[in-house]
Amino acid sequence: MKRKCDLCDRPATHHSVEILKGQKIEKHLCDAHAAQEGLAVKAVHKPINELLSNFVKLHSGAPAAQDLECDNCGLKFSEFRESSLMGCPQCYTAFEVALTPLLERAHESATHHIGKVPSRAGASEMRQQTITRLRKRLDEAVAGEDYELAARLRDEIRKIEGHDPGEVDPDEARPAPSRAKPSGRDTDDTAEKHP
Amino acid sequence: MMNLERMTQHAGEWLRGAGPHSEIVISSRVRLARNLAGYPFVGRSNRRQRAEALARCREELVSGRIGSDLLWVDLCESNELDKQLLVERQLISRQHAKGGRENPRAVAIDADETFAIMVNEEDHLRIQVLRSGMQLGPAFDQINSLDDSLEEKLDMAFSPRWGYLTACPTNLGTGIRISVMLHLPALRLTGEIEKVRRAARDMHLAVRGLFGEGSEAQGDLFQISNQTTLGRSEQEILADFQHAVVPQIIAYEQQARQALLRQRPAQLDDKVWRAWAILTNARVLATDEVLTLLSHLRLGVNLGRIDTVDIRTINEMFLLTQPAHLQKLTGCQMDPATRREARASLIRQRLGVR
Ligand SMILES: [Zn+2]
Ligand SMILES: [Zn+2]
Repeated sequence: MKRKCDLCDRPATHHSVEILKGQKIEKHLCDAHAAQEGLAVKAVHKPINELLSNFVKLHSGAPAAQDLECDNCGLKFSEFRESSLMGCPQCYTAFEVALTPLLERAHESATHHIGKVPSRAGASEMRQQTITRLRKRLDEAVAGEDYELAARLRDEIRKIEGHDPGEVDPDEARPAPSRAKPSGRDTDDTAEKHP
Repeated sequence: MMNLERMTQHAGEWLRGAGPHSEIVISSRVRLARNLAGYPFVGRSNRRQRAEALARCREELVSGRIGSDLLWVDLCESNELDKQLLVERQLISRQHAKGGRENPRAVAIDADETFAIMVNEEDHLRIQVLRSGMQLGPAFDQINSLDDSLEEKLDMAFSPRWGYLTACPTNLGTGIRISVMLHLPALRLTGEIEKVRRAARDMHLAVRGLFGEGSEAQGDLFQISNQTTLGRSEQEILADFQHAVVPQIIAYEQQARQALLRQRPAQLDDKVWRAWAILTNARVLATDEVLTLLSHLRLGVNLGRIDTVDIRTINEMFLLTQPAHLQKLTGCQMDPATRREARASLIRQRLGVR
């Protein structure tokens, strides 16, 4: 009989034996899980599958995530659970609700991108990142009971958000890391946290 | 024009044995995951979409702006041995080597192998820069400008909230994977390597071996990389490695080396000279054994206990004794038993004995 994958019911196509602390460990994986192992690290890395199953267990009372489907490529959330791979860029929007807690767990509680923005995507993302950064500092200030700093940060965020997103302020053209304004998307962390 | 045959004779830049802290840091690597906007990810693309994305990337890569002496390897047309060779040289992943002709994919490699760009792996583009020694800063600068020039012509899938969109959410955000390959024989010999593993885990870092999964201990070579790609900028992740992680591990390894020298000099020399004796005399050698022996020899050279060989030669042997390299060098396909003989003979030859 054909051996099944250690992690799912597909036939195992990758077999390996290794010796760890004098113990023989055999692994039999399907293509998808073997590919995943290529990115993963034994004992250190938490496989996304495990995160997912934990997540699903945690929210088993709310099966709505399973019914989510991407309009663009047709991938179902349940298929993503099986393969750990998204179908297309739009999947991230389609599965956003279900993904957020999952990503927070995989990426040390991060909820937003901070870092490089493609030059073609324009400057509005940079402003959005500034707000994200300020919010993070605000959370820390509140947690550390530094209310003076928190008040200043709140003012700063309000000032940046107060700008009409459609209007181009000439001041914004020069690089000023403390200034930012929201683009069309909601950047409020609290609105996106899973219950 | 460069080709795979010529490539086989030597190791790439990353095994040169030079660069800062090269007695411990073998190589520095930075990788970026990028996807073309407007296409499904590779895994969900049909053959036509994959071929289209491949052609689009090829057009940009071989246009000459990215690198003048670029080797384009169509992996659908490559034989198994060549693909294995590229895996051993860390130029493509095992996953990229697999898959048949129905899966259009390629890799572009620059002349000195400092960068390689996999097209149609899990993501449309996997750009990597690989350098010898502790050179994460220069590696990052190089990859960032490569990425910039690709972005001038190609629209990348990006969302303001999630950053660069990748097929697997574990790469989401910056899409960056920073790794250093460390040679830690003294921590291994003194039994302290577990401490390093635990510390790495606490810092959300991954630890792997020279050849990835399941090779963790081979040659006392450890690859340490970040796992978090979302919510922290490239510079922050880079700074962690440059100022915290790597200097710390280097300091541990150096302490362990000094402790061995002070407390167990005879045992240390015994390991080193036994390694030399076996490598210069054995007639049959398996890969695992070779990697362990080379590791001890390398430690001996770095600590000045032996001077019959240089670091570059040792580094090269880590690579050239791997199955595909061995077969390429001898010019014939061999079964494992024959390979063990050829391996022993290649080592004697490289070490200047017959
Ligand atoms: Zn499986
Ligand atoms: Zn989709």
